[in-house]
Amino acid sequence: MPLYHNDDQAMLKDSVAPFVAEQAPVSHLRSLRDSADATGFSRDLWAQFTEMGLPGILVPEAHGGLGMGHMEAGIVLEEIGRNLTPSPFLSTGVGAVAALAKAGGAQAGRWLPAIASGEAIVALAIDEGAKHRPDRIATTATRAGNGFRLDGKKSFVLHGHVADMSIVAAKTDGGITLFAVPKDAKGLTADPRRLVDSSLASHVTLGGVEVDADAVIGEVDAGGEILDALLAATRTGAAAEMVGVGQGAMDMTVNYLKERKQFGKLIGEFQGLQHRAAHLYGEMEVARATVMKAQQLLDEGSEGAKLMVSVAKAKAGRAANLAVREGVQMHGGIGMTDEYDIGLYMKRDRALAEFMGDVHYHIDQVARMNGY
Amino acid sequence: MSDLDAFRAEVRAWLEANCPPEMREPVREEGDVCWGGRNWEFKNEAQKQWLEACVAKGYTVPDWPKPYGGAGLSPEETKILKQEMKRINARSPLDSFGIWMLGPALLQFGTEEQKVHYLNPIARGEIRWCQGYSEPGSGSDLVSLQTFGEDKGDHWVVNGSKIWTSYADKADWIFCLVRTDKANKYQGITFMLFDMASKGVTTKPILLISGNSPFCETFFDDVEVPKRQYVGEINRGWDVAKYLLGHEREMISGGGAGGDMVSIGTLFARSLGKNDHGELDDPILRAEMAAFDVDVFAYRAMGERFMDMWKTGRAHPASSNMMKYVGTELNKRRHELVMSGGGSEALEWDSEETKGGARARGWLRTKANSIEGGTSEVMLNVIAKRILDLPGA
Repeated sequence: MPLYHNDDQAMLKDSVAPFVAEQAPVSHLRSLRDSADATGFSRDLWAQFTEMGLPGILVPEAHGGLGMGHMEAGIVLEEIGRNLTPSPFLSTGVGAVAALAKAGGAQAGRWLPAIASGEAIVALAIDEGAKHRPDRIATTATRAGNGFRLDGKKSFVLHGHVADMSIVAAKTDGGITLFAVPKDAKGLTADPRRLVDSSLASHVTLGGVEVDADAVIGEVDAGGEILDALLAATRTGAAAEMVGVGQGAMDMTVNYLKERKQFGKLIGEFQGLQHRAAHLYGEMEVARATVMKAQQLLDEGSEGAKLMVSVAKAKAGRAANLAVREGVQMHGGIGMTDEYDIGLYMKRDRALAEFMGDVHYHIDQVARMNGY
Repeated sequence: MSDLDAFRAEVRAWLEANCPPEMREPVREEGDVCWGGRNWEFKNEAQKQWLEACVAKGYTVPDWPKPYGGAGLSPEETKILKQEMKRINARSPLDSFGIWMLGPALLQFGTEEQKVHYLNPIARGEIRWCQGYSEPGSGSDLVSLQTFGEDKGDHWVVNGSKIWTSYADKADWIFCLVRTDKANKYQGITFMLFDMASKGVTTKPILLISGNSPFCETFFDDVEVPKRQYVGEINRGWDVAKYLLGHEREMISGGGAGGDMVSIGTLFARSLGKNDHGELDDPILRAEMAAFDVDVFAYRAMGERFMDMWKTGRAHPASSNMMKYVGTELNKRRHELVMSGGGSEALEWDSEETKGGARARGWLRTKANSIEGGTSEVMLNVIAKRILDLPGA
């Protein structure tokens, strides 16, 4: 498989890109933010996403989805990133779908069709502290009655307060187990916090939440592999969205360099700025190729996918961060104003960088996977 | 089984039968690289066997058409061959400026007669080529070149000098940019080919900070070049040169991504030691090495994407400038880390254990990567103007 979009993928991009740019440009985020919207995203927009089949892009056809791959999901995510579109697509359409499809069984049968039809929003309750440390899950699931009793605290749960179901990772006697915890489960509370990028993420408390045995996603104690699939998909998706954020910021900045005059010249004529913009271009191109490689390996089910996923999250993290920092700096004073969009890109990048492991976490993972 | 799977199986079996075990080792020193040419002395029998096997199969230039010494493979098949060679750590059977640079230019601009005449010996490693572009004082500003070919009817008489001609002292023939019209800066240069044994050609090595000398100064004193030995059109050599530079940048930038597939942190477990967690016992250097590894894996993905796009005409023509810039800066960073990781051992300049200071010399050599073939600053200028379309000063 060549590392560029084939004709079908190019067609998908040609339909998704103008749709997102028209229906949910940066002004869409602004209006949600300025009205202190309590949901965090537009249900109307999600319905439009559903009409296009996007929530089911990764859902197998047998469960009512389009049965496409991470490369295709990445196309959607890049446009979401470029337009800073608030959407549950990454957690619901990518992370949750990857876990449920990997696990199969009753929970997959229950939730995958609901995701594909746009009826269900799913949250990912993995992290527990300020930093992403999925190998240190302290939430416990103990056997009780016909099922399990869940106790613990989760943080950085995107859409946790509105999700119809949350995938909760918990420790069981012999390993990690994932649970599908429905919205109305007793003892489950979600406390939403507004983040720097205006998105809403919840602190979730599991105070003796009782679930039936069939709430287990996959098998008891065997959630590690499913969690890995969830993490790989979500990290790659976040990296794709970051490429979109970085590209959006870079495009804005390069355009600005061609318009803004100082000292009687367009500032884009100054070699100091040209070199920085050209360096940024190189970093963004490399990041894009890396994310595509990770998507390709995931779609092929390759052994090398795990390494490349961490490489992609780290590389996209570095490149997008450079893009937003250079963006604000090169815009000068206007880049610091709330009225101008470039600052919103910086905020969104910060949140995505932290989500599912920051650059440092993934660089460390690369060292570990290489045995040093 | 698809055709490509069948091809992979065939290649695998062929490599198993034809690639000698000695050729499945990373290149460790200059002599491990096979350059070919009229005066080439093989380092050992395995090097000779490996070249001959690949020549017979067309695998020194797998994607060239068969009449010119290639195997006529499709881009997908070429990629599979490269993957399979990489898988067994097979050394390149032949390193050659003829393959990397002149060949693609001839395929694009040469006459049928020139293709047959020049490409086959290149594919077989019989003629070693060098490149005559830069001149003293011209640096990256190639259009300022002064070497002049005076029109004498059926031939030119060439006078002038070139600098940074890699391996000119070992090369058999040169591809050379010569001014043939003094009145026209851009459209007054012709791309010529001639024998380095021609009367009036002399070379002088230039000693570098690495203590080695791949580069030469080359002098032309009334050198006669027959008129049939130019490529493209007379006075339009710049078109050929630009096309060829794209391939040169691809080659130089390959140093950062290709070469050693081993991640850098694993190379220094002995000199740095490991802590109780099995991590390199220098947390800051470990982090820098891992960050570098991330960039190398990422750059390799870019290399794959670039080649896929380049070969199908999807790549921006100036994207080779970006590859060159990113790849060479990465290679320099690698060698800084090699020196840090190697500690005092890496400083040794001529001891036997260090293979004659290979690391120190290699480190110094890489400093030229961001100068040769156009400086990083020139690459950034080109990206800014041609890709980002930023305004000219």
